[in-house]
Amino acid sequence: MKIGYFPGCSLHGTAPEYEASLKLVAKAADIELVEIEDWNCCGATAAHSMNRMLSIALPARNLAIAEKMGLEEVVVPCAACYSRLLFALNEFKLDEKVRMNLQPIIETEFKGNIKILNVLDFLEKYVMDALKNKVDDKFKKKAACYYGCLLVRPPKLTNSERWDDPLRMEAILKKIGIDSIDWSFKTECCGAGLSIARTDIVGKLSGKIIEDAKDRGADMIVTACPMCQSNLDMRRGAINNYLKKDNNIPAIFITQLIGLAFGYSEKDMQFDKLFVPISFSNNNFSNNNDNLKMQKSKVKEVKV
Amino acid sequence: MARIGVFICHCGENIASTVDCGKVAEISSKIPGVVFSTDYKYMCSDPGQTLIKDAIKKYKLTGVVVGACSPRMHEPTFRKVVASEGINPFFCEMANIREHCSWVHPKGEETTQKAADTIRILVEKVRNNEPLYPIKVPVTKRALVIGGGIAGIQASLDIANAGNEVILIEKEPSIGGHMAQLSETFPTLDCSQCILTPRMVEVAQHPNITLMSYSEVESLEGFIGNFKATIRKKARFINEELCNGCGDCTLKCPIKKIPDEFNAEMGKRPAIYVPFPQAVPNKPVIDKDNCTHFKNGKCQFCKTNCSAGAIDFDQQDQLITVDVGAIVVATGFTIKGTDFFPEYGYGKYKDVVTGLQFERLLSSSGPTLGEVRRPSDGKVPKKVVFIACAGSRDPAKGIEYCSKICCMYTAKHAMLYKHKVPDGEADIFYMDIRAGGKNYEEFVRRAVEEDDVNYIRGRVSKVYEKNGKLIVRGVDTLLNSTPVEIEADMVVLATASVAHSDAESLAQKLHISYDSYNFFSEAHPKLRPVETNTAGITLAGACQAPKDIPESVAQASAAASKTIALFSQDLLTREPIIAVSNKSTCVGCFLCQSVCPYLAIEREEIKDRNGNIIKTVASINSGLCQGCGTCVAFCRSKSIDLQGYTNNQVFSEVSALFERSEEYV
Amino acid sequence: MSEFEPKIVAFVCNWCTYAGADLAGTSRIKYAQNVRIVRFPCTGRIDFMLLLKAFEEGADGIIVSGCHPADCHYTSGNYHARRRWMVFKDLLDFIGIDSRRIVFSWVSAAEGAKWAHLVNDTVSEIRNLGPMKEYKNLENVSSNKIGELIND
Repeated sequence: MKIGYFPGCSLHGTAPEYEASLKLVAKAADIELVEIEDWNCCGATAAHSMNRMLSIALPARNLAIAEKMGLEEVVVPCAACYSRLLFALNEFKLDEKVRMNLQPIIETEFKGNIKILNVLDFLEKYVMDALKNKVDDKFKKKAACYYGCLLVRPPKLTNSERWDDPLRMEAILKKIGIDSIDWSFKTECCGAGLSIARTDIVGKLSGKIIEDAKDRGADMIVTACPMCQSNLDMRRGAINNYLKKDNNIPAIFITQLIGLAFGYSEKDMQFDKLFVPISFSNNNFSNNNDNLKMQKSKVKEVKV
Repeated sequence: MARIGVFICHCGENIASTVDCGKVAEISSKIPGVVFSTDYKYMCSDPGQTLIKDAIKKYKLTGVVVGACSPRMHEPTFRKVVASEGINPFFCEMANIREHCSWVHPKGEETTQKAADTIRILVEKVRNNEPLYPIKVPVTKRALVIGGGIAGIQASLDIANAGNEVILIEKEPSIGGHMAQLSETFPTLDCSQCILTPRMVEVAQHPNITLMSYSEVESLEGFIGNFKATIRKKARFINEELCNGCGDCTLKCPIKKIPDEFNAEMGKRPAIYVPFPQAVPNKPVIDKDNCTHFKNGKCQFCKTNCSAGAIDFDQQDQLITVDVGAIVVATGFTIKGTDFFPEYGYGKYKDVVTGLQFERLLSSSGPTLGEVRRPSDGKVPKKVVFIACAGSRDPAKGIEYCSKICCMYTAKHAMLYKHKVPDGEADIFYMDIRAGGKNYEEFVRRAVEEDDVNYIRGRVSKVYEKNGKLIVRGVDTLLNSTPVEIEADMVVLATASVAHSDAESLAQKLHISYDSYNFFSEAHPKLRPVETNTAGITLAGACQAPKDIPESVAQASAAASKTIALFSQDLLTREPIIAVSNKSTCVGCFLCQSVCPYLAIEREEIKDRNGNIIKTVASINSGLCQGCGTCVAFCRSKSIDLQGYTNNQVFSEVSALFERSEEYV
Repeated sequence: MSEFEPKIVAFVCNWCTYAGADLAGTSRIKYAQNVRIVRFPCTGRIDFMLLLKAFEEGADGIIVSGCHPADCHYTSGNYHARRRWMVFKDLLDFIGIDSRRIVFSWVSAAEGAKWAHLVNDTVSEIRNLGPMKEYKNLENVSSNKIGELIND
């Protein structure tokens, strides 16, 4: 079965491990992800604060191309892209003016029949069933499922239930034997786009997330958004600066864990791309000193 | 031959500024049957009324059409005028040329023509009017009061003290309502139970009051003065006659861990229980869902330990029908639980409680005997954060109204907490402080100035747990919207007051209207705030909208006075706008019966002189019929007509719709 | 030729729509003059023969309006009216009267503005439909001609 795939800039840039793991997971579930041809930026985060029509037209062009390619559904793994695409589709459906004015801008016919899936929608719909009997003892770890802001909000657009305290990732991880903690920062802001301009703010916001997860006994943070993951992982230096102690709790993509459960190797899942190391092999989960050192050196590299 | 007079009112300038009233009078004078027509500046004034009376005498009028304001305004006035001259008042009709014409159209011929048309339509109606006479119906001088909170108690006592019988029904095992759960009351800090329980006892002992606790309305039929209510007296599995209220059974019950409703689930109770020590009636009730005997028949501890032999496991619900003349609805309100608030933890943090729960923690009869101890570990909280408007005034939560009581009780909570824990700190997040009421503002000032309560103007976005503390994250809008984070030991939510979940179904049983929040609607928001749209049914207390105690009591007394006024008459007079059936043409299909909302259509057997049934026809109970006329439109053989809106009248009105007089063609 | 001014009749219930029209008056909301109001206790009372009668008398359009569902002063009269309307519509189609000439609506006592909109919308809708000729044409058809018409 073929499903459309909109990688967005992150999955081709800062989060190659997310793309690699998602593709392999899809393959294991017999799904072929077809990348939208000649896709463009979703508009996040500048377009919608500058120009409403632009913020609709950018994502709509991608959706129109996907429709043209005969795709009925498109999976959008980046939460920010997901939010923009969903917003554009919704505006297109609700606002007649948008419908009238859009076509000359994007120079493509758009019907608005396409369905947009975020990575959780995708896993629930196409992968959950294939995860039967994939419970693995090596996964006996506590996860803190971190959703961030755009996967669930705004609730009217995403139709999320329990948008303040979602439980969807928890249910998926349960399938492979990972238990999740109950914590308070599932949908807090990680600092998002301030990552470059105000790393100190990211350190503070993400720091609080890391701190609460750790205090409640989580062994790892599981995310479904490349922005969240990069802030929690790559900005660990700034985070540790803010927290004034070294925290080595890893932040990993949900697809990387699912991939392991399907039998792919940690190398396939590109665990080596993570700044804060994690490994499930040889019952050697916790980060040993060497790893910690490695992490520190990596953090230094980033700072430079 | 009809002799009709037409009287056109200028209503000062209200009509005359856009309608040429003289012209309308002139056109009207040419309608066949109209023998007199005139216009005048204020027809409802004394000289205007005299003008009509004189014309009736002088021209021997048999009918009158007044072209003026809406009949909803002055129809009774002009009918009285006509009646004073010896004409049946139903020969007077009003043509609405103000609200429906002069006020909504510009000055001009078209508007004048519309006024003239309206007059002509009503002239045709009057021509076909028939004399009608008011209907007299008897009054049952017994009131049904639904709900035994403070409003229901007050209404019952007032009605009973005026010498009328009262049946007070309460769905819980004891009367007392929410007021019995309160610790102290604002703004005087009287002990709530101390002022309430004497009233409860008075109800129980009053010779005119029949108290039916653990009972609910099953159905209601009838009309003002003549209601027939069916009440479901739920089985409490106790023979109330034999029970002496010793309470041994409640001590012996092995089940002890059921969340206690009276303590807002802050405490535990057994499966056989009296809700609280001062309960009226002071008789226990068995909670069937949690009782071991009802689950598997294995326990009879209460029965074997009852010296009075009052436990009756075989008791059944009873349906009791009572005749009453008036009904006071005083079913009160309920509050939203903490699980309504995802941002405050969906009810998963034990130390986030509702205002009512905090009230029980403050109460000397509560689970902690009046010591403020937090539910999670029983420690005395040193920092309590109160969040006002939890749900209220929040369109996102679907509750747009103000719950009215929270500002005051939150100030009271903070004050009482500081009295009990002097070294504790109390912070209140609020949107606005609404302290309108006698001595209310002063009370809030006292909380701030004497008891050092810290008010923070802003809303709380999130409450979460960290290291055993509840972190309350909000904003202080008076300090340039500074984010605020407070580490609290306990959080109290002043959750919204809402209608009971069964309010809608009760309203439907009683045929009273309710608003989009399921609060019951008054007949008029300003001038009839106590009555409902159904005659004979009045409202008292928070079932209408959130109210505090003084307001509930005042409204209860108002409802009682309406009821007493009704009972002061032996016969009620009703408008004769009711349906009548023609028994000679009725074929007895009874389609009418199936559409009548009031069950007013009965089967009547027509017999010959030997007593043999010739046919069965529809007969209309004039007491039950409210005059909607649905049966008339449904009757296939045109055998039912509606007095005041007969087929003759309405068809001739329609026939007169577009007959334009010569001059305007 | 001046623009066609349709004649509209409104059959309204006393408790909601009549009061709503009163409110339009007290709020001084202006609307088209074309409407003539006939008051009934309830839309349930409205015998739909009256609608045909109104067309016969020269009405070009008809408004039937009562209380909103669940708000009927008499509990259920408006529901009966609605059901009758659903059946009546089929009859209109059958006898060849455009059912758009009858507008069925709910206007509560609090909806003065809605009443004004209802009248204005109905007037412009009927203006587009043109004068009601169907009934008049039928009146002029003799019984012989009916036969011819059928054969046509």
